[in-house]
Amino acid sequence: MQDVADALVADHSALKPVISADGLDLTFQTNDGPVHALSGIDLEIGKGEFVSFIGPSGCGKTTFLRCIAALETPTGGSLTVNGMTPDEARKARAYGYVFQAAGLYPWRSIEKNIALPLEIMGYSKAEQAERIARVLDLVELSNFGKKYPWQLSGGMQQRASIARALAFDADILLMDEPFGALDEIVRDHLNEQLLELWARTEKTIGFVTHSIPEAVYLSTKIVVMSPRPGRITDVIESPLPKERPLDIRDTPEFLEIAHRVRDGLRAGHAYDD
Amino acid sequence: MRNALPVLAVLAALVALWYVAVAPMNIRGALDVAERSGADVIPAESRARFETPVLRLMLDNADHIATGYSLDRPRLPTPGQVGAELWKTTGEMALKGRPMSKRSLIYHGWITLQSTLWGFALGTALGMAGAIAIVYSRVVDMSLMPWAIISQTVPIVALAPMIIVLSSQVGIEGRGVPKAIISAYLCYFPVLVGMVKGLRSPGAAQLDLLKTYSASGLQAFLKLRLPASMPYLFTSLKIGIAAALVGTIVGELPTGAISGLGARILIGDQFGTPLAIWAALFAAAILAGALVTLLDVLQRLTLKRMGMQA
Repeated sequence: MQDVADALVADHSALKPVISADGLDLTFQTNDGPVHALSGIDLEIGKGEFVSFIGPSGCGKTTFLRCIAALETPTGGSLTVNGMTPDEARKARAYGYVFQAAGLYPWRSIEKNIALPLEIMGYSKAEQAERIARVLDLVELSNFGKKYPWQLSGGMQQRASIARALAFDADILLMDEPFGALDEIVRDHLNEQLLELWARTEKTIGFVTHSIPEAVYLSTKIVVMSPRPGRITDVIESPLPKERPLDIRDTPEFLEIAHRVRDGLRAGHAYDD
Repeated sequence: MRNALPVLAVLAALVALWYVAVAPMNIRGALDVAERSGADVIPAESRARFETPVLRLMLDNADHIATGYSLDRPRLPTPGQVGAELWKTTGEMALKGRPMSKRSLIYHGWITLQSTLWGFALGTALGMAGAIAIVYSRVVDMSLMPWAIISQTVPIVALAPMIIVLSSQVGIEGRGVPKAIISAYLCYFPVLVGMVKGLRSPGAAQLDLLKTYSASGLQAFLKLRLPASMPYLFTSLKIGIAAALVGTIVGELPTGAISGLGARILIGDQFGTPLAIWAALFAAAILAGALVTLLDVLQRLTLKRMGMQA
C-alpha cells in the first residue's frame, strides 16, 4: 500500500515540471535590427533532472538559462519556474547561478565569498558558519576557507563559486559553462565531482556547455540547440545509469548518444552558409 | 632599500645639477658684490655686465664664481642655503621653544595644513557624493559630469580672489573658509572621477550575481560597488590631497594674507628675500610629500586588510 502511495507521489512530482517553457520567444532590438535569440522554445524539466544545453555560439543556450534566472525577459510565450514566473522565482531565491567566470570578490576570503548570499539573505552568523563548512566540504575545499581567491587555482575558484551557489537552499542550480575556461584534466575531475554532488543534493541542474562529451557524461537530458533563430533541434533522454564512472565514455551507449548529439548539431547547421 | 637606491640616485643628480646651475645664475650678483668690495671685475661697470652673456662673465671672472655660492640675496640659492634657511625657520625655532612664532614655517605650515585638511575633507565628501549620484542616476551623469569637467578648466588663480571677496561679502571672517573652499574646488575633481570609475568597476556578471540573490540596491552598493572602488578611491585621494594643498597655497597668495606658506612665498617675493621663498616652497613640498605618504600607508594597510594584493 505504501509502495503505491510512494509511486503516486513520485508520479505526481514527475508530472509537475520544475521548469516549463511553452513557445518561448526572445527578440533583442539592436541597431542592426531585431535579433531572434530564442524562437519557439518548448521544454519541460522535471525535478532532479540534470539537463545540458548544447549548441554553437549564438544558439541562445545561455540566453535561455538567463531567462530561467530572470536575468533576461522573454518577449513571447510562457515560462514558469517552480510554478511561478521567473522573476517571482528569483525573488523567492529558487535557484543558484554559476557564471562562466568564478567572479569571486577579491577582497573576500573563500569563506566570506560563500557567506555573501547568506549575508544578503539574512542568515544568522551561526547558520552561515555551519552552511559554509558544509558546502566547502561538498566541493572539497575545506582547508581553503581562509584563503583569498588569488591564492587558488582556476579550478578551485570555480569550485568555490559552485559552493557559493549551493550555500542557500535553492533546489535549482543553473550553470553557464562553468568549466569552459579550464583544462581537460581539471574539467574531467570537476565533472565527476559535480555528478557526485548532484546525486547527494538531488538538485535540478541546468547546465550550458560547448562540449559534447561533457554534456553526454553529465546529463539525464540533453537539449541540442541551433542558432539564427535560437531554437531546440533535439531533446535526448539519456539511457545511461545514474552511476557514471569516467570510463563510461568509452562504452557504445555513450558513443551512440554522442553521435546523436553531433547529428543534431550538424542538422542545425545544415542550411548555414 | 632596493627601492630607495634609484630615488636617491635621481635626488643626487638633481642636487648636483642645482649646484652647477647656481654659478651662472648668480654670477652677476657675485660680481656686483665683488665690485662693491673693491675687487677688479670685467667688465667693470654694472651696466656693461648686464649686457654680457653669463658664460663670458664666468670665463673672465673665474675667481669670483665662488662668491655666487654665498650671496645674501641670490637669484638661485644653493641647496645648502635653502636647507639652512629651512632649519633656521623650523627646527631651530622649535629648539628655542618658539615653534609657533610668526616667523616660523612650522606656524605657517600649520595654518596651511589646517585649510588643506578642511578643503580635503570637503572636497572628498563632495567628490564621493557626486560620484554616487552620477553612478546611480543617468540624469545626473549627463547634467553634472560636463560641469565637473568645465569647473577644472577655469584657472584657479583667477577664481581664488573672487571666492575670497565673495565670502567676505557674505560676512565670513578671515581666510580659513575661503581657502578651504578653493582647496576643495581643486580636490573634489580627482575624487569624483576616480570614484565614478571605481563604483562602475564591477562587471555585468558581478551585478547579475547579486540580482540572482535578489539583493537590494543598498546591499549591492555596500557589498560590491564600495569595496570594489577602494583601490580607485585611494589613488584619487593621493592626487586630491596634493591638489588641496596647491589650492590652499593659491588661496593664500592674493594680497592681504599674512599667514600660511602661500603668504610666505608672496611676502618673500615682495621683500626680495629669495631664501624665504625657497624655504617656504620646500616646506610646502615636504608637507605634500608627507600627506601623500600618509595616504599611501593607509592604502596599503586597508587593501592588505581587505586581502587584496596591494
